[in-house]
Amino acid sequence: MDRKILLDKIDIPGIRSFGVFQNAGGYSAVEKALTTMSPEEVVEEVKLSGLRGRGGAGFPTGMKWSFLDRKSGKPRYLICNADESEPGTFKDRFLMEKIPHLLIEGMICSCYALGVNTGYIYVRGEYKYIIGILNEAIREAHANGFLGKDILRTGYDLELHVHSGAGAYICGEETAQIESLEGKRGNPRIKPPFPAVVGLYGCPTVVNNVETLANIGFIVNHGGGEYAGYGVGKSTGTKLISACGNINNPGVYEIEFGLSVREFLYSDKYCGGIKGGKALKAVIPGGSSVPILPAHLILQTASGEERLMTYESLADGGFVSGSMLGSGGFIVFDEEACIVRNTWNLARFYHHESCGQCSPCREGTGWMESVLHRLEHGKGRQKDIDLLVSIAGKIEGNTICPLGDAAAWPVASAIRHFRQEFEAHVEAAVCPVSQIH
Amino acid sequence: MSDREIIRPVREKEGTNVTFSPAVLEKIEKIKGRYPAGREKSALLPILHIAQEELGGYLSVDVMDYVASLLHIQPIEVYEVATFYTQYYLDPVGRHVIEVCRTGPCAICGGERISAYLAKKLNINPGETTSDGLFTLKEVECLGACGSAPVMQVNTQFYEFLTEEKIDQILEELRAQGNEDKPEKSKWIEKFF
Ligand SMILES: Cc1cc2nc3c(=O)[nH]c(=O)nc-3n(C[C@H](O)[C@H](O)[C@H](O)COP(=O)(O)O)c2cc1C
Ligand code: FES
Repeated sequence: MDRKILLDKIDIPGIRSFGVFQNAGGYSAVEKALTTMSPEEVVEEVKLSGLRGRGGAGFPTGMKWSFLDRKSGKPRYLICNADESEPGTFKDRFLMEKIPHLLIEGMICSCYALGVNTGYIYVRGEYKYIIGILNEAIREAHANGFLGKDILRTGYDLELHVHSGAGAYICGEETAQIESLEGKRGNPRIKPPFPAVVGLYGCPTVVNNVETLANIGFIVNHGGGEYAGYGVGKSTGTKLISACGNINNPGVYEIEFGLSVREFLYSDKYCGGIKGGKALKAVIPGGSSVPILPAHLILQTASGEERLMTYESLADGGFVSGSMLGSGGFIVFDEEACIVRNTWNLARFYHHESCGQCSPCREGTGWMESVLHRLEHGKGRQKDIDLLVSIAGKIEGNTICPLGDAAAWPVASAIRHFRQEFEAHVEAAVCPVSQIH
Repeated sequence: MSDREIIRPVREKEGTNVTFSPAVLEKIEKIKGRYPAGREKSALLPILHIAQEELGGYLSVDVMDYVASLLHIQPIEVYEVATFYTQYYLDPVGRHVIEVCRTGPCAICGGERISAYLAKKLNINPGETTSDGLFTLKEVECLGACGSAPVMQVNTQFYEFLTEEKIDQILEELRAQGNEDKPEKSKWIEKFF
């Protein structure tokens, strides 16, 4: 369970540069795809691989690609989503910083498969130094004939451009990202129409996450069948997990799907256990938007099975006793962390980041923040707890984009699993859990 | 307000003289060229970053109007964008803007204490600027560096695994730089845009 696809070469000195990357086998996928495969064959291999989007939703990439409208007669676009703003998530940054050409190689193969001649990488504005690294990688790829006109004398033309965001979590949502790339506020669009039909500049567009696209080179080189041999069941391949919070070894790890949560959390190869030898209290396994699980439910499912790092196992039990793999942002809380305080903190985040288009989200996130604030600061009432559940329920499913759900789930799940802690805050009229302060 | 008033230009531009240098203007043409003909408005976000850096550290109305004129769009199209994104500052800021992360993963790793320490050291509240004009302190949401919590960003530089001692040292270094532009400043635009 520790085979690697993405990070196997990151320890090679100088791998960030084109020359070293190419000597280590890099860009062979571009040569293979462009000179020996048709675009449709590349799409077929991606379908066969079972690769699912790594941006959070886990939608099958090959299927998304096959929805792209190829008959409109309009230009088509690929946007690489490098907005990475989901709290707890920092894997794309790591990948782009360490081995940027893996993304460029994957994007060239993907653009070729999709019949795209212009691609954009939308990078969150805070990652300026990453923009510098990507610009340099694109310049090198150009200078070596892998971008520009008539790539490898195949007649295929492609330009890639880096575009900088400016601080807005919502611009990670694909239609908000398209708006933002058009030079507007990041207000998500109503779907349908989906970007595959009406996307950037009204043209058919695919939006994929950095990590998703970085997998394409391997799939082209080795075939979708070999890729599907990694992982278990419908969780094929590997996943970058960014681990943070109260653990000994925070960082980015590439795991093969199927590793147990217990091993990931306690093995020295990964998180290395809870910092300071304290007890585990809870984990948010897939970025701040997914439900929080208490210690006993993160290590085992409700039916007593070992919980695995896969899409299916993390979701086992639905919202009653499960969570989601999401973006792979694995946030660990030790016994001293205050769940109420953290829930208030995240509610404040979603309130701050709501674009304001939909009333349930704009108003509801504000209400959740202020009710949680008073609970955490000892001014709450018992009925506030049910009030929060009710607000969360009224946001969920009632908004244009899933930010509303992303704001509701952390609150609803924290109360579901830690209601006593909320009640204790009311009874004590003060935060009874020792934390930072 | 009568209709006549509504359609009047938002602001008289007489007397303002914000302009980019020829070198920056050349770069801006290059950035516009990344987007299809007729879609140059796409360059708005990158150009606003550059305008903020080059033309006084924040986006005054004059600067926004100037950017609108470069892209042949209405000033309101710039205002609505500038007010949406948190990295654009609408008020003057200090020489160094310290953006300290306040979100969950940092908070459970001591981020709140770090933020409070910064405020105490600088003797200002988040959102304020020191009286010598050197520092503005801002609390921001997750910077995508939660594995190195607590984290802050100053200008474009990340500072990670923060401790009180580290902050003392960083503030001292930034103070020593004073109001001088860093030598790498000239390369800033070329590298990042
Ligand atoms: C509020 C919100 C924020 C999102 N942020 C990101 C992000 O930062 N990065 C990302 O890749 N996807 C993000 N997504 C998911 C994208 O909408 C989209 O599903 C994804 O980029 C598709 O790529 P994939 O299929 O390769 O995962 C976000 C979605 C929502 C609703
Ligand atoms: S929470 Fe601070 S960098 Fe992510």
